[in-house]
Parts: sequence; C-alpha cells; structure tokens
Amino acid sequence: MIAILVRRTMSLIVTLLVVSLLIFTVMDLLPGDPAQIMLGTSASPETLAALQHQLGLDQPLPLRYLAWLGGVLRGDLGQSYTYGVPVAGLMMERLAVTLPLALIAMLLSVLVAIPLGVQAARRHNGVFDAVAGLFSYIGIAVPAFWVGLLLIILFSTTLGWLPAGGFPGWDAGVFAGLKALCLPAVALALPQAGVLTRVARAAVLDVMNEDFVRTARAKGLSESMAVWRHAVPNALIPVVTMLGLQFTFLIAGAVLVENVFNLPGLGRLAYQALSQRDIIVMQDVVLFFSALVIVMNFLVDLAYLVIDPRLRAQAQ
Amino acid sequence: MRRVRHRPLFLVGLGITLALLLVALLSLVWTPVSPSKMNIINKLKPPLAFGLLGTDNFGRDVASLLMAGAWNSLSTSFLAVALGASIGTAAGVLTAIRRGWLELVVMRGCDIIFAVPPILSAMMLAAFIGGGRFTAVIAIGVFMVPVFARLTLSAALQVWTRDYVLAAIGIGQSKLRITWNHVLPNIASQIIVQVTIQLGLAILTEAGLSFLGLGLAPPAPSWGRMLADAQTFLGQAPWLALLPGLAIALAVLGLNMLGDGLRDILDPRDQS
Repeated sequence: MIAILVRRTMSLIVTLLVVSLLIFTVMDLLPGDPAQIMLGTSASPETLAALQHQLGLDQPLPLRYLAWLGGVLRGDLGQSYTYGVPVAGLMMERLAVTLPLALIAMLLSVLVAIPLGVQAARRHNGVFDAVAGLFSYIGIAVPAFWVGLLLIILFSTTLGWLPAGGFPGWDAGVFAGLKALCLPAVALALPQAGVLTRVARAAVLDVMNEDFVRTARAKGLSESMAVWRHAVPNALIPVVTMLGLQFTFLIAGAVLVENVFNLPGLGRLAYQALSQRDIIVMQDVVLFFSALVIVMNFLVDLAYLVIDPRLRAQAQ
Repeated sequence: MRRVRHRPLFLVGLGITLALLLVALLSLVWTPVSPSKMNIINKLKPPLAFGLLGTDNFGRDVASLLMAGAWNSLSTSFLAVALGASIGTAAGVLTAIRRGWLELVVMRGCDIIFAVPPILSAMMLAAFIGGGRFTAVIAIGVFMVPVFARLTLSAALQVWTRDYVLAAIGIGQSKLRITWNHVLPNIASQIIVQVTIQLGLAILTEAGLSFLGLGLAPPAPSWGRMLADAQTFLGQAPWLALLPGLAIALAVLGLNMLGDGLRDILDPRDQS
C-alpha cells in the first residue's frame, strides 16, 4: 500500500509540474506582450519597459518559469496588477466563497442523487424509474447558470425570499453567508445531480443481482435493509468516480454561477482579471483550478484503493 | 429497422435534433424579422404581444434571434467536436499501434488537458487574442480531445486482439493499413455515439462562453449572450431569460437522447 502511495504521489507531482509548465508556455506562446496588454496601447515606452522588468519579461522563458514556479512553491503568486496586492491573499479571500459553494453543491447533489438513483433501481422500469430518468435527462441538459437565472426570477424578483446576488461576507454571520450561497449552490447542484442519479441507478442495478445481495435477502433481511446495507455501499465506487470526473464541470459551472449571482469567488476573480487584463491573476487562478482537479482525481484514485481491496492487489 | 421502431428515446432525440437543425438552416435564408433589426418603440414586449416570442430590450424579435442563435450555436459546437474528435481519434488509434511510452504520454496528456475546463482555457485565449468563434472552437475542441483519445484507444485495443486482425497481421499488412481497414470501421459506431453526446456538451459549453462574452462577437446572435443580456431585465421581462435557456436545454436533451438511442441500436450487447 505504501509503495503504491509513493508511486502515485510521484506521478501526481510530475503531472502538476507539467500542467504548470504547460499553462506558463501557452500563455507565453500566445501573441501579445502581457505588459502591453495590461497597460493598454497608450502607455509610454518607459512605463512599458518598467512593467516588463517588474514582471521579469526581459528574462528568457526558462528563467521566468523557474522564478514563477519557485514563487508558487513559496506561496508567492506574484502581485496583482489592478489590485496592487499579492495574488495569494486575493485568492484566499475569494476561495472562502468558492470552496463552500462547491462543497455545498456537491453535498446537495449527492443527497438528491443517491436516494433517487437507488429508488429508481429498486422500482426498475416502473413509474418512479421513468420520473427519475426524466429528471436526470433534464438535469444534464440544463446549463447551471440558466438554472441560476430561473431561481432568481422565482425566489428573488417574484417571491422576494432570497437575495438575487451579492455576498455579505462571512463577517456578517454564517447564516447570512449561507443564505447568499443557497440559490447558487442549488443551481450548481442540479446538473451534477442529474449525472449522479444516472450513475447511482446503473450501479445499484448492477449489484442488485449479485450473490451477496441475494444472500442478504435470503437470510431474511428486509428489502430496504438488503439494498441500503449491501447493494448501495458496493454501488458507491462508480458514484465516487463520477464525482471526481465531474469536478472539472463543477468548477466550470462555479465560474458561471458566480458571475450570475455576483459572488466574489475565484471564478469571478478570473473573469474580472480577464476584463482588466490582469494576466498574472488569470494565470494563477487557472493553475489553481487545474491543480485542484488533478488532486481531486488523485484522491478519488486513492479512495478506490481504500474502498476496494481487489484494486489494491491489482495495483501491486 | 425493427430495432429502431422500438426505441422511443432514439426517435424523440432524432426528432428534436432534426427540428433544431432545420430551424438553424432555415435561419440562414429566412427569419420572421431580421435578427439585428431594432425597434425601440416596441421593446420588451412579451410573447404574442409583438411577434411570436416578443422582443428584447432593443425591440429585436426574440424568435428571429433564437433561430439565428441556433445556427451559431450548432455550427460552433460542430466545429469544436469535429476538431476534438479528429485529433482525439487519431491519437487514440495511433497509440493503440505503438503502446508503450507513447500510451503513457498520451494518457497523461489527456489527464492534463482534462484538468483545464474550456471556460478557463477560453479566458486565457481571450486575454490575448480576444473572444470569438475561433477562441470558442479551440477551447471546446481541445477539451474534447481526451474524451475521444481515451475512447478510441480502449476500443482499438480490443479490435487489435480479434482473429481477423491477427490474420491481417499474418498476411503482412502494415499496421496503418490495418488501422484504416479494420480498426476504424469497427470502432466507428462508438465514435458516432460519442460525437452526438459531446455535441450536446459543446452546446452547453458554448452557451457558457457566450454568456461570459467569450463566444461569437456581437451583433451575431447567440443563446448564451441572449441570457447575459436578459439578466438586466429579470423582473421586467422574465421570458427573455426563459426562452434561450429552453432552447439550449432542448438542444442538449435531444442530442443526449439521440446519442443514448444510437448506443442501444448500434451496440445491442449493452442494454443497460
């Protein structure tokens, strides 16, 4: 187990390095000088040269990459050009919105999808199954940001129950913060729940006819005990896998939903950085999100090894 | 044919997709009103009050905008999937020939590309070269490469173990020729199913990009930007937010149903 862990971690580190190199090179290869883009066309040559020097653009690419990477490893992500503050601090502030948003959405989607998928599998081909199937089809087809708009129309402009957007900050109290994240999290969770319901249903159907479920029934367990104690835990692996695979889409959805609800999260930061041409902030946020996806998939891989002893044997 | 007739999923999906395609093509030659024609006096009229689906904040005809948006959305998505599917498939089947270190490199590369959602790569591209169809197609297309590379690699590896491939190797056919004559035809149905499903995903992503202003440049109508414009008038004119979203959802729903239906028909082994 420890040997696998070491090997996987090594490969994780290599992947992360390659990603950082890739993002850095792509940004470098794209036409246009970051300093020029950040300053606009009216900047004087002296200002331009000064910013180029400050950004290290007068250095060759490998040196710049190493300087950037060294900074990232020390927690120094550079200085935001528009805000004039360290990017790391800026990102931490924004993460306090994005992280809870993503976690609540994930939790919501699992809480909806598992019971729905399990029930659909138990009433295989029945009315409930059809309704759950329709739910997941619709969930997969609707864009999260559109669901956000619909929720605003219903709960804010029509009923006036919840704020249409904005974030009071966690200083205003946990309840106020959660209230502001409520609609965005639901919008983000719906498409996820659609995908997960489908996976959960298929996974439970797969194991329902396995010997151990039959044995559980035969020894006199009630049907729901047999399903929830024996079928569902075994069906969790595909669900966890999907949760990991969907993480990229969760982040993409968060970028959009944050913009719909005017939430000061990381996705909105990246978008604002784009409109202000704050290249360093964009580069750092993109790197952070990609690293998050990669680490998430790494954790899912590890989770298999913990859940399923057969895979552990295979990996050795 | 009998297999087709008993597939409501496939038929509904096909119906929606064909209808959408027709509307998109029709918009190239005819829309009720020119989608760019403004009519400020009649702005923000609800559906049926002025035109079939009402007007937006510039008095433009919503039905015409939706029709023209269908073409822009479908064509952008199609180009993106064509890009991703061709590069991904080429990478997948070629890797199946060589395997070894190439497989390792390609698969790691897939993991890495998959870690950067198209919305973020589009933002990086847009910072340097601006938004637009090119940016959208590249960002979405590149993201689709891993999907097709992984799919075609595992499917091709299975084909390479079949007897008729072993026979072709035996009579001395080159590996590229075998790939062209035997591997590709045998995995074509899986690629087609995946193209259909990825088209749906591409439409969703394109809508998101246009929503952020990274898609087609105005005044070319797009569903995503219609939603972005509607945001200011959610209280006054909720239908402006409702209709483009319905169009997106319907398009994606149709393509997903078609894809699942095709899978059932083309691959009778997997009936789950």
